[in-house]
Amino acid sequence: MEVAVCVKQIPGPDSPQEIDPSTGRLVREGQPVIDEADTYGVETALQLVERAGAGSVTVLSMAPGGETSGVRAALAMGADRAMVVSDERLAGSDALGTARVLAAACRRCGAELLVAGTESGDGYSGVVPAQVAELLGWPAVTFVRRIELDGGELRAERQGELGTEVIACPLPAVVTVTAGAVEPRYPSFAGIRSARQKPVEELDLSALGVDPAGVGEAGARQRVVAVRAVEEERGSGEVLEDDGRADERVLRALSEWKVI
Amino acid sequence: MPPSARPFDPTDLAELGADLSEEERMVQQTVRAFVRDRVLPGIDGWFERGVFPVEVAKELGKIGVLGMHLDGYGCAGLGAVSYGLACLELEAGDSGFRSFVSVQGSLAMFPIWRYGSEEQKQLWLPRMASGEVIGCFGLTEPDAGSDPGSMRTRARRDGSDWVLDGTKMWITNGGIADVAVVWAQTPEGIRGFLVPRGTPGFTTNDVHRKLSLRASVTSELVLDGCRLPEDAALPGVLGLKGPLSCLTEARFGILFGVLGAARSCFQAALEYSKSRLQFGRPIGGFQLTQAKLADMAVELEKDLLLALQLGRLKERGRLTPVQVSVGKLGNVRDALEIARASRTILGANGVTLEYPVIRHAANLESVLTYEGTAEIHQLTIGRALTGLDAFSS
Ligand SMILES: Cc1cc2nc3c(=O)[nH]c(=O)nc-3n(C[C@H](O)[C@H](O)[C@H](O)COP(=O)(O)OP(=O)(O)OC[C@H]3O[C@@H](n4cnc5c(N)ncnc54)[C@H](O)[C@@H]3O)c2cc1C
Repeated sequence: MEVAVCVKQIPGPDSPQEIDPSTGRLVREGQPVIDEADTYGVETALQLVERAGAGSVTVLSMAPGGETSGVRAALAMGADRAMVVSDERLAGSDALGTARVLAAACRRCGAELLVAGTESGDGYSGVVPAQVAELLGWPAVTFVRRIELDGGELRAERQGELGTEVIACPLPAVVTVTAGAVEPRYPSFAGIRSARQKPVEELDLSALGVDPAGVGEAGARQRVVAVRAVEEERGSGEVLEDDGRADERVLRALSEWKVI
Repeated sequence: MPPSARPFDPTDLAELGADLSEEERMVQQTVRAFVRDRVLPGIDGWFERGVFPVEVAKELGKIGVLGMHLDGYGCAGLGAVSYGLACLELEAGDSGFRSFVSVQGSLAMFPIWRYGSEEQKQLWLPRMASGEVIGCFGLTEPDAGSDPGSMRTRARRDGSDWVLDGTKMWITNGGIADVAVVWAQTPEGIRGFLVPRGTPGFTTNDVHRKLSLRASVTSELVLDGCRLPEDAALPGVLGLKGPLSCLTEARFGILFGVLGAARSCFQAALEYSKSRLQFGRPIGGFQLTQAKLADMAVELEKDLLLALQLGRLKERGRLTPVQVSVGKLGNVRDALEIARASRTILGANGVTLEYPVIRHAANLESVLTYEGTAEIHQLTIGRALTGLDAFSS
């Protein structure tokens, strides 16, 4: 079972979490980390290969400057190798540009299944995996909570408002997994040590055979034209007089807000 | 590509983190995530009830924290700085967890790894690394604390067996340990013995009513005609240098660890100072508060710098016990001062378990005393400085 998994390396929790108003892009300072949304993808991929008893997991990442710090975290969790695509011409790529790169990387690594998170923790476009599937001509099953392989067929459970949908589809395929679908393992220290030795292939656009015209600033057909600060909407609160049953109303409110 | 600018980090003013290796950073992040997920949600309750959650601690074995700085036998074989950073992140959670790891890795596994026979290593180390077997270290006695050479626990030969008699006191993990490393006088000098739980003549009693390190088990070990086979003794060391070498290992983890407790206190105080209003403004706007915060940030960073330097020396095999005393004395004392200063910034809130500060401050009182009291480290450094031994008249 050859599985590829997308890993985005995003600014760490100690970064400023600001958007540069001149470029409309996130301020990227300090050491990037693996996007937490992708740790669910990595865990899912690892479990699939472990259950299959054979195969390997390849991490795919598009990142500036050959960045690998977040990719190493996936390798430390147990992935076997990584492919990092870096090219100055990729700066300013829109979602489709990113998808073109990831699709090419996926084709190159020979995976039968591509696993990704539902959306990145910094960009939130949520469309890249579906675009990759389209480019590859593979079916895409999104927002998956459970996944199993049965011969050449994939069975995936999607949690909907009304119930759980079980979807079957042939391989090769693209799957996006929701946060909480699995519990991502902590990288073990032995894994951290061996991550150092695992192969990380660094490719530019030419090596990957991707046409520069379709990616980067040049290829982007979407651009951010303005960024506005979040305007906090605050309605007036409600004061509860505790008549001994206020707890029920608090609970009801929390469940209406879907907090619990 | 030039390195990207680093975000401003109040807990790392000199950007010491920038020079950590990728491996060290990953170790630190992993333990920090574990503490965030598994320790912080429960710690107030465990501390308040005086319980140590053994099951949570055992999970540290799965990650590879236990005996992480040792090589082979299922241990990860990571460097000294990685080990130090793991201790720091654990102690940012609670000193009880760091104590567990120090005892398991440096006081129980280390002597077996260093002085044990091949059979002893095979028998114990892999299961201790995985967390399946818990160890403890029995050196201190009711009447032998700073002066362990005066211990009364004795091991005598009976045929090919050993028979141990005596009492050990203040033993971390004692009541939950599957194997105790017990140091005892023999006719040849002090030797270490591996005493499995359940050996006839070996019992433990937990110490209750502690107001420090409440989320940690501290026990008395009672050896009453405890008979052990010949191969229970550690063959590789004779004399006080055996247990002292283990303490040097553990103290190294402590001089990093306490900085985690201090960091946690400092962060709580810094946050609080920005949100608490008095006299119409945040208390962080008062010069006296800023002086405290600035001093804390400076001390924290200096101590981390010292810890990292000692770690690099250890990785080169050049760290001396006196240097470890320098770090243990200075960093524990500073951490306690930071905890106390943070406490004052939190005012009345500083004395409750709603904030981590009083818990860390209380824990650090134990850390100041165990693994060589502050005074004993002063004497060690004083002896190195003057060439004069002031330990006894
Ligand atoms: C929570 C906790 C956990 C512990 N865990 C362990 C463990 O796992 N294993 C273990 O073996 N021990 C453990 N200890 C014991 C610890 O190592 C001892 O408490 C410590 O060595 C001090 O011994 P003591 O308490 O008998 O104090 P004492 O030695 O009686 O010291 C009392 C005071 O006298 C001072 N003093 C003593 N001698 C001198 C001197 N020559 N000059 C100047 N001042 C001096 C000391 O510095 C101290 O201030 C633990 C202790 C605590 C509190």
